[in-house]
Amino acid sequence: MTVAAQENIVRTSQSVRVGIYLALIVFALFYLLPFGIMVINSVKPLIEITEGNMIALPREWTIDPWLSAWSTAQIGVEPTGLRPYFVNSIVMALPAVAISTALGAINGYILTKWQFRGATLIFGLLLFSCFIPFQIVLIPMARVLGVLNIAGTTYGLILVHVVYGLGFSTLFFRNFYAAFPNELVRAAQIDGAGFFRIFWRIMLPSSGPILAVCCIWQFTNIWNDFLFGASFASGSAAPMTVSLNNLVNSSTGVREYNVHFAGAILAAGPTLLVYIIAGRYFVRGLMAGSVKG
Amino acid sequence: MSMNLTTTDQDLKTRLQNWLPKIVLAPSFGLVVFFVYGFIAFTLYLSFTNSRMLPSYEWVGWQNYERLFQIREWDIALNNLVIFAILYISICTVIGLILAVFLDQKIRGEGVLRPIFLYPMALSFIVTGTAWKWFLDPAIGIENTFHLWGWQSFSFDWIKDRDMAIYAIVIAAVWQSSGFVMAMFLAGLRGIDDELLKAAQIDGASNFNLYRRIILPQLRPAFLSAFVILGHLAIKSYDLVIALTGGGPGNATALPATFMYSYSFTRNQMGIGSASAVIMLLTISAIMVPYLYAELNEKKR
Amino acid sequence: MGFLNINGVSKSYGSLKVLHGIDIEVEEGEFLVLVGPSGCGKSTLLNLIAGLEDITDGEILIRDRVINGVHPSERNIAMVFQSYALYPNMTVGQNITFGLEMHGVSKKERKIALDEVAKLLRIENLLHRKPKQLSGGQRQRVAMGRALVRNPDVFLFDEPLSNLDAKLRVDMRTEIKKLHQNLGTTIVYVTHDQIEAMTLSSRIAVMNDGYVQQLGTPKEIYDNPQNIFVATFMGSPAMNLIPAIVRALDDGTVAEISLYDGSLEHLPFGRADMNSWDGREILLGLRPEMITDEESADRKSQNIARIKNRIEVTEPAGSDTFISMQAGGKSIVARMKSDIDVKPDQVFPFAINMDKAVIFDPVEGIRIQANISS
Repeated sequence: MTVAAQENIVRTSQSVRVGIYLALIVFALFYLLPFGIMVINSVKPLIEITEGNMIALPREWTIDPWLSAWSTAQIGVEPTGLRPYFVNSIVMALPAVAISTALGAINGYILTKWQFRGATLIFGLLLFSCFIPFQIVLIPMARVLGVLNIAGTTYGLILVHVVYGLGFSTLFFRNFYAAFPNELVRAAQIDGAGFFRIFWRIMLPSSGPILAVCCIWQFTNIWNDFLFGASFASGSAAPMTVSLNNLVNSSTGVREYNVHFAGAILAAGPTLLVYIIAGRYFVRGLMAGSVKG
Repeated sequence: MSMNLTTTDQDLKTRLQNWLPKIVLAPSFGLVVFFVYGFIAFTLYLSFTNSRMLPSYEWVGWQNYERLFQIREWDIALNNLVIFAILYISICTVIGLILAVFLDQKIRGEGVLRPIFLYPMALSFIVTGTAWKWFLDPAIGIENTFHLWGWQSFSFDWIKDRDMAIYAIVIAAVWQSSGFVMAMFLAGLRGIDDELLKAAQIDGASNFNLYRRIILPQLRPAFLSAFVILGHLAIKSYDLVIALTGGGPGNATALPATFMYSYSFTRNQMGIGSASAVIMLLTISAIMVPYLYAELNEKKR
Repeated sequence: MGFLNINGVSKSYGSLKVLHGIDIEVEEGEFLVLVGPSGCGKSTLLNLIAGLEDITDGEILIRDRVINGVHPSERNIAMVFQSYALYPNMTVGQNITFGLEMHGVSKKERKIALDEVAKLLRIENLLHRKPKQLSGGQRQRVAMGRALVRNPDVFLFDEPLSNLDAKLRVDMRTEIKKLHQNLGTTIVYVTHDQIEAMTLSSRIAVMNDGYVQQLGTPKEIYDNPQNIFVATFMGSPAMNLIPAIVRALDDGTVAEISLYDGSLEHLPFGRADMNSWDGREILLGLRPEMITDEESADRKSQNIARIKNRIEVTEPAGSDTFISMQAGGKSIVARMKSDIDVKPDQVFPFAINMDKAVIFDPVEGIRIQANISS
């Protein structure tokens, strides 16, 4: 990838190359179209959608749908717009990302640099927890949140996301630290640094990339979660995804498609923004989460 | 680590350093044991009880499982899952592979195209569902657009059609995930040793043979990973169905995940809901456990 | 009592025993090299001294203090690693003084110590760089600086030169030797390179399969190897081991070897008393430089045997020319002066210095202690 000047090994004729470019452009349109339609229809008056062409550009541009989606649209029973739920998601995601990443980092450090009997088993248990269908934990989780008196609250969701984010965050850091030279840890031990000092002074300062990968992955997953949000935080504590779904699928009143689209873009905004700014780390996270190492 | 050496032989600092890692790892370990494996055990237990609205502890043996497989909706959900999983995995794999192979031809503008193919992966399934729900809606979406363009007989109402709605979900799911498969294959392609390809060309392999005989066989790990990841995503699919069709029309697009939710929480059949969750877990385990086991062992070598 | 004592030290990983009762005594100021092939246990032994792994059995003492179970940082040792192990996030200066900082040394004293070490190693201008910005040789210096600044009782070196290219390796070797001579520190140095072992050490411990095969000065190891392993491992090209049969003749005992054409040649043992081995098979150990041309032969030798043998291959190596030929049914190597004029297939007269020959029991693989040479 870095050697841009190098000739490609597989040589293709001119006509084949034109075909390839065409195919790639068609695919690009396929991926862009749905989101593009959301964007152009979010700045149209409703009448242009119901009686006009979805693919056409707006004749009359308006930001009313955005304002409505943000602050006045009917979500459930309250005409609050999505704003409070957006705030809920932020308040939920930031601590959950921070805690699960911090725990994942120290777990990865222990599992690679302080190996003990059973460490691989513990890692295996953590790793498998990434892939369970969460339906298997919904019922007991609902009860435990009730017992802890945090059912239906953002705190409950933070706990849930920390617990079920641990597997991936540990996986990221374990794989990263596995490639971190053991000799550095030994040198630091001889220099007199202890368990925490080695982590804090030697490991963590070199962990920038994987911190970015982990934070982005956790943020994307937590922000985009629907199942836990819908199960454990209905009502005013609901996260963005749940309230967007309520907005779009509410059966009462007129269907304000333009408002739905604006709302969907608002819900997509933070993760999309992260993707645009730090796509490289996002892709690395995807890879590390599947083809390990 | 220490074999014959008793701990009293070591100084305080060494002993502390030996214990600290275990102490620090303990909370995470405890959380996972309780919230994952404990919960799995609890749900497994519930699936053998007559729990309805609330958990009950009355043992009923295999009754829930027997009833589960007599319920028509579960039958539909399983059928849908098979259709959805097969199409979702195969179409994503094909599109992902095509895109990766095309992008690997030293394409100008790869830096623009790649993020375009991949960005849906950053979106919530609810957002994807919203976009496609209205895009596929016959009244305002693509069908309406073709009508306005003058093609009056054009019909595309899968999302409202009991028999076709599951395919509409496949379209949206493929849109979301195929870029991810592309990225995996692209990484695999970029990892192939150039000298190997040069050698094959000197041996006289055509482009077609180069791919069929040399390159694709080397992507086997990527194929396997794609299959495993997509397979487990298919089984877990929930959000997209809720956002796109809500499981409807009727229960035509029910999947095990939606079935479990509605039986456990809206129909107050917690025992049956638990049984369905256990079946889901077993299915995913059948895919993931051998895969993770192989990966972990490979790491150790 | 030595300065560093290793008493009956063993190490096992589960049922796998990698070190078997190692006994080594190191004097203050000594440069001990542990040498052996990979997997021989030399690095494990070093790690035991450093405290990076636990001792299974036995004791290690520094300055008469048992250090089993003492934390690595409390042993007053310093270590230079193969990969240098420089902290990537710290500057050179921070790397060197990190250990002092961890031991609570004040910033002012750290600065003084750093300047002193930097001057000694000539790295004053590198102190603000990150390890990434350094060449291999510079990293090596910094790694040594980190060890020196601690002023430890014992320096441990774990294959410190193996990541350097050939030329730099020779330069750094000299530099380490100089440093040792100037500072008089106690060093335990692990390497698999027998030339490093020979050039640097005051004593060598040759290790294999978790045992110390032989412990001695470089000269002892080279001239009087105690077994076949030491004989062949140390020296390059390796010592020739020629299958021979002992014959007790009227005019003295000889080793009978076969040459290229199957003819038998008698090499007299001289002062070595090999009568009891009459008729038995031995391995005759001859270093390449003991088989040479008449003019290059050692003039002090009292026992030179002369044979004629056919040259198979000549390998000019600059300062010497190596020649291979058949003897005792094996290919053996002779070392000639560089300007010798010989061709393959030529039958050439060789002079063999039997004074320095060593004799091994081919079954046991150990040295036959005949009263050979001194």
